[in-house]
Amino acid sequence: MLIDWFTVAAQLLNFIILVYLMKRFLYKPVLDAIAAREAKIARELADAAETRARAHQQQAEFEQKNKTFDEQRAALLSEATQAANTERERLLAEARKAAEVASKARAKALQADTQALHGEIVRKTQQRVLEIARRTLADLADVSVEQRACAMLIQRWHEVDGATLAALGTALKATSAQTPALLRSAFDLPPEQLAAIQAALNETFGQTIELKVETAPEVISGIELSAQGQKLAWSIADYLTAFSDKLDEDPTKWSSA
Amino acid sequence: MRLTPDNWIFWEYGFIKLNATIVFTWALMAVLVVGSMLITRRLTTGHERSRWQNLLEIVVTAIIGQIEDVGLQNPHRYLSFLGTLFLFVAAASLATVTPGYEPPTASLSTTAALALCVLVAVPLFGISSQGLAAYLKSYMQPTPIMLPFNLISEVTRTLALAVRLFGNMMSGAMIIAILLSITPFVFPIVMEVLGLLTGMVQAYIFTILAAVYIAAATRSSKAAKAPLSAPEG
Repeated sequence: MLIDWFTVAAQLLNFIILVYLMKRFLYKPVLDAIAAREAKIARELADAAETRARAHQQQAEFEQKNKTFDEQRAALLSEATQAANTERERLLAEARKAAEVASKARAKALQADTQALHGEIVRKTQQRVLEIARRTLADLADVSVEQRACAMLIQRWHEVDGATLAALGTALKATSAQTPALLRSAFDLPPEQLAAIQAALNETFGQTIELKVETAPEVISGIELSAQGQKLAWSIADYLTAFSDKLDEDPTKWSSA
Repeated sequence: MRLTPDNWIFWEYGFIKLNATIVFTWALMAVLVVGSMLITRRLTTGHERSRWQNLLEIVVTAIIGQIEDVGLQNPHRYLSFLGTLFLFVAAASLATVTPGYEPPTASLSTTAALALCVLVAVPLFGISSQGLAAYLKSYMQPTPIMLPFNLISEVTRTLALAVRLFGNMMSGAMIIAILLSITPFVFPIVMEVLGLLTGMVQAYIFTILAAVYIAAATRSSKAAKAPLSAPEG
């Protein structure tokens, strides 16, 4: 007999026990673990989906902010450029004005300098010319400038026309000890020269002419006689004026020279 | 030569016999249960898991998949019974690589016990699924004339289950034993490999047939007709 009924019963019991044990120690724990993992994965997927949605939203917000920022930046840049251009124009206008003022001031200063230089040249020239004239006269004719000046004054009243001489004479004759005729010279007149002038006056106008002698440097190497508004004079200033006129023609040339 | 491990008796007292079938069954049970306990003691629910846990999960989910493929709606409900059937028969077959071992399934007593389990389980699942009346009514489908044939079918298929598994497992063991006496080298190894394959196939067949019987019993008559009237696709 191939079937042993006791063994069948025992195997039946064994199998039932095995079913229970396998359910207890294998299927249930494994299925629980699988279910837990699936739940965890589902949760993680949901989290991931949520995170992705949030990331998309944040990306959209970020892009929107970027766009707004770009627009604002462009607007600010445009505004700043416009303001900078305006400021530039204003500064340029100010600079132009300032340059113009400075240029005018410079031109004025240059003119003043030119005038001062001109005056200095005139003064120096007068001194040099006077010195040369003095030396030349001393060397060639053995006379002083003062002597020649007095001689030239005397010669001049001899050369003037009659009406002028008459007017001068009337004026001189009207002088007195209180209101003498004024004889001004750039240098101190030597007594001989003064005596010669006095003698010449007395001789010309037939009476003693009262003279008051003054030394005036502005007469510039000359001598002048004035009374009652009439004046007779000689000085080298006349020659110098002619020379100065010549210099005025081209100041740059003589300044560089 | 022993035709069945039932005849290999270790201890006997009256009708109580401690034979190789029962002892090797206990050994298999111990291996299966202790192995499961050791592995499931440290199960993880995270993404990282041990290779043993992976193995168990693969086995369990594969069995569930097969049960679903047969057409059972709630596979977890039948997993304990069908899964244990498969694992026991498969383990009994795989253990034949151990020298001195004889598979308990090579005993008609064991296969008869398993077939009796199926014989009892099928109506139990059927009744719990569709109720006693509906289940009993299913024996008279499509006509009451079919009642005796359905009953005969119930018994014969149980017998067939028991004898099929016994015949295959016993024949495997017998063939190896005969070959060992004729050609002791190489051939028994080839037949052993073939026996392993046959054992796995038998485990699969036994389980699938049990699943099919349970599926037939749990499917209500309305549901059974539904696929016929339902449009395809």
